[in-house]
Formats: sequence, structure tokens, C-alpha cells
Amino acid sequence: MDFNIYDFTSFTTWVHNALTSSMSPGWAMFVELAIVGVVFIAFYAVIGLYLVYAERKVCALIQNRKGPNRVGPFGLLQTIADLFKLLMKELIYIKNADKFLFNLAPFIVIIASFMAIAALPFAKGLHAIDLNIGIFYLFAVSSLGVIGILLAGWSSNSKYSLIGAIRSGAQVVSYELSVGLALLSIVIFSGSMQLSTIVESQANGWWIIKGHIPAIISFLIFLVASTAETNRGPFDLAEAESELTAGFHTEYSGIKFAFFFLAEYMNMFIVAAIAATVFLGGWMPFHIPGLDGMNHVMDYIPPFVWFMGKTAFIIFIMMWFKWTFPRLRIDQLLKLEWKYLLPLNLMNIVLIAFIVLMGWYIK
Amino acid sequence: MAFLFYLLSGIALLSALMVVLSKSPINSVIYLIVCFLSIAGHYILLNAQFLAVVHIIVYTGAIMVVFLFVIMLLNLNKTNEPHKSVLTKFMAVISGGMLFLVLIAAAKGVNEMIVAKEFDANIGLVANLGKVLYTDYMIPFEASSVLFLSAMIGAVMLGKKDKK
Repeated sequence: MDFNIYDFTSFTTWVHNALTSSMSPGWAMFVELAIVGVVFIAFYAVIGLYLVYAERKVCALIQNRKGPNRVGPFGLLQTIADLFKLLMKELIYIKNADKFLFNLAPFIVIIASFMAIAALPFAKGLHAIDLNIGIFYLFAVSSLGVIGILLAGWSSNSKYSLIGAIRSGAQVVSYELSVGLALLSIVIFSGSMQLSTIVESQANGWWIIKGHIPAIISFLIFLVASTAETNRGPFDLAEAESELTAGFHTEYSGIKFAFFFLAEYMNMFIVAAIAATVFLGGWMPFHIPGLDGMNHVMDYIPPFVWFMGKTAFIIFIMMWFKWTFPRLRIDQLLKLEWKYLLPLNLMNIVLIAFIVLMGWYIK
Repeated sequence: MAFLFYLLSGIALLSALMVVLSKSPINSVIYLIVCFLSIAGHYILLNAQFLAVVHIIVYTGAIMVVFLFVIMLLNLNKTNEPHKSVLTKFMAVISGGMLFLVLIAAAKGVNEMIVAKEFDANIGLVANLGKVLYTDYMIPFEASSVLFLSAMIGAVMLGKKDKK
């Protein structure tokens, strides 16, 4: 076994061979699935908890405060303490609430984000499943979470929850279009929907640089639309605190509330990871053709660090949005999507098709 | 693989039965979503990944969300359920049973079906599907897109309020 931090292919084949040599192929597949599942659950929990911490720190930075700084060094253990508090809390059920759906809803939201995380390329060879239609799959499963939100709002038997859920449904269904079309622009550039091929096609420059103006337009559209799709501020009408107390999860308490909270942050991580993979080159280091010295220095940074760094950068931008802009009204929100983003996006796609046809991008 | 096929078929049949049998319409929608997801699993077993994802987007992502919306806004409860007399129930059982009889008669000949073409495992991949759609079936494909457009315009026209 040789463990190489720059290329995980040899490590994963070693694991695969070790498993297939000691048991039947069916069981080996089952054990592999279990390993991947356990790794992702651990990853999910750690990333989710530390994104909550990051959000509070970024918020504090923007509002000129200190943020969490009491539990552990720099307050690093604050969210773990919060998690234990949420685990201890009593689960409160409303009279007349539909119990089955009320309990089911948080799991649907969590499962939808788990399905998305399975298809992300984290580093070279560190890719749980490399689907032939990777981008399309991510787009499909990211639209399943809204079912959980709608059910949560309906089964709570509360006015605030229902209004929050209906708003969220309208918002997610409309902004999905812009997310899909913005991703389609890079599919046209790279000529493939497979995530590994898209990352490989950015070895000599990221698409946001190679695709110049139209790629930048679709990157900006993707940022706005994915912020709206994950129900984050300034598009957080589904849980607008000042008017709906907490929107669709008003009636949830304890660990069930924590599930929604965790899923919201994981969804933000997922859209940031998609943006990093598709527009900013995924785990590919930053290369400038011709400058060999700099390219070698960039190659020394492991791919996993590149991927997480780019994702963290986009997450920071999305947090910056939330703490800078005031919340939109629902009619402004829908007008922004249907009257501005969608027509702009469609025109942009025609422009990209023309540019690819003429070969006017950096190859 | 055979095990996965039986598992998915079992889930699909069971959830399809539950769609009909469950009392609350919102539970029916949930079981229908499970049913659609297991059918998407069948597509993946056939290596038709693109069709599987389209199935998820169109049925679970779009149509079921609209269903949920409609059911939520209808405010269904026991009191405004239409009352059905014993006679209607009886007639419904008779006609349903006759439909079942016809289906069984049609399904009797299933074993005699001949496989017309060898199954090609790559046929469902997006590159092949796109090539077939844009060469062999170009005109029907474009015509169906015009049909969709006219349906959309029709929906907008119907939804518009009358100007006074």
C-alpha cells in the first residue's frame, strides 16, 4: 500500500483489492458502501458543526464583535457544546400535528443533502461515485430537499410553518431553473456532464478564466440563485424571523431542529462545492500556462486543500451576502428570478453556444 | 444484481399499493414519491443513468412538489369529503374487477414475447440518447417541444385574470 496525498487512486484500489480478495464481490461492495457511508456521516457532522462556528465568526467580523470565544480556544468547541444542549432538549409535539410526517420531514431534508455529497469529487481519486451525468444528478437531488421543507411546514399544523413552507416551495422551484441553466453553460464549455471530466478539462486554467465574460456571468448567476435555493439570507423568506418567528421549522425542537439547522449548512457547503468544482477547477491547482516555476509551487499544495480552500472561499462570500444585504420581499424575489436572472441566463447560454462554436475561448 | 432488482420491485409494488390504500392524500403523495424513486433505481440497474435522473427531476422534483402544494392549499379534512353511497361503491368494485380481468387476459400472452433486439448496456447513456434524439427522431422531438410551449402559453392564458 502506498498512501499518496496527491493521488488517492492507488489507496482506493488497494482498499478495493484487499476487500475483494477476502470476501465475495457482493459483500465487498456492501462493505465499501458501508465504509463510504460512515466516512460521509463523520464528514457531514464535522463540516456542519464548523460551518455554524464559521457563520458566527463571520457575522461577528462584519458586525464588529468578537463572536464565540469562551468555550475552548477561540470558541472552537462552542458548536459542540450547542449540539449537546440540543441533544438534551425535550422534543415537543403539537396537538393535532401529523406525527408520522412531522418526524419524517427532517430526515428527507438530511437524505437529500447526503445524496448530493456522494457525487462530489474531493481530490484526485477521492470520488465516491463518478456518475456519467454527475452535474445533472447533483441538480436533481438538490431539488428533493424542498419536499422535506413542505412536509415540515404542513405537518406542524401551524400558520407560521405553513406560510414559510409555501414561500420556500415557490422560491426553490423557481431558483432551481437558474441554477440548472448556469451549470449548463459549463457543460457546453467542457462538453461533458461527468464531474471528473469537467475537473480534468480545467488542468490548464479554470473555466471562469478560460470562459471569460459569459463564464463570469453564469458564475454570478449561480452564486445568487444557489444562495436563494438554499434558503439563505438575503433570500431567507422561508424562515424570516421578524415576520414568521422561524418559518417552516417553528414547531421543531431539540435534535429535530438541529437536523434542519445542519442540513441548511450542509446545503450551503454542497452548492459552494459544486461552484468550486465547475467554475473554479475543483481540486485542480491554479496554473498559468508558461510559468512553470509557479505551476510547480502550486502543485505542492495537495488537491484536497485546493478543493476545500475554494469551497471555503465561496462559503465566505455567501455568508458575506447574508450579513450585508437586507431581506427581499416575496414579489421582489420572484421578479428577480423570472424577469431578470432567467432571461439573462437564456441569452448567456446562446452566447456561450456561439462562442464554443467559433472557438473564441482560451483552449 | 438480481437481489437489487427484487428489492426495488418489492418497494415499488408495496408503495404503489400504499398510494391507493392510505387514507390521507398527503401520505399517498409520500408513497408515490417512494414509488418513483424505486423506479428510478430500476433505470439505474439498466444503466440508463440519464433517464433515471430525468425521472427524479420531472416526477419527484417537479410534479410531486406541485401535488404537495395543491393538497396543502386545498385544506382537505373529513367534513368536506364527498359522501359515496353503497351503490356507487358496489359499482366501482364491479368495474374495477372487470378492468383487472382485462389486464390479466392481456398479461397472459406476455411469455410469448420475443426480444426484438439485443440489449445494449450503453443505450441509456446521455451521449447515445442525445445522438438518437437529434438524428433519427429530430422532427417528433422538436414537435413535442412546440407542444410543451403551447401548453405553457395555454396555462398562462387560463391563469390570467380578466381585465375589467
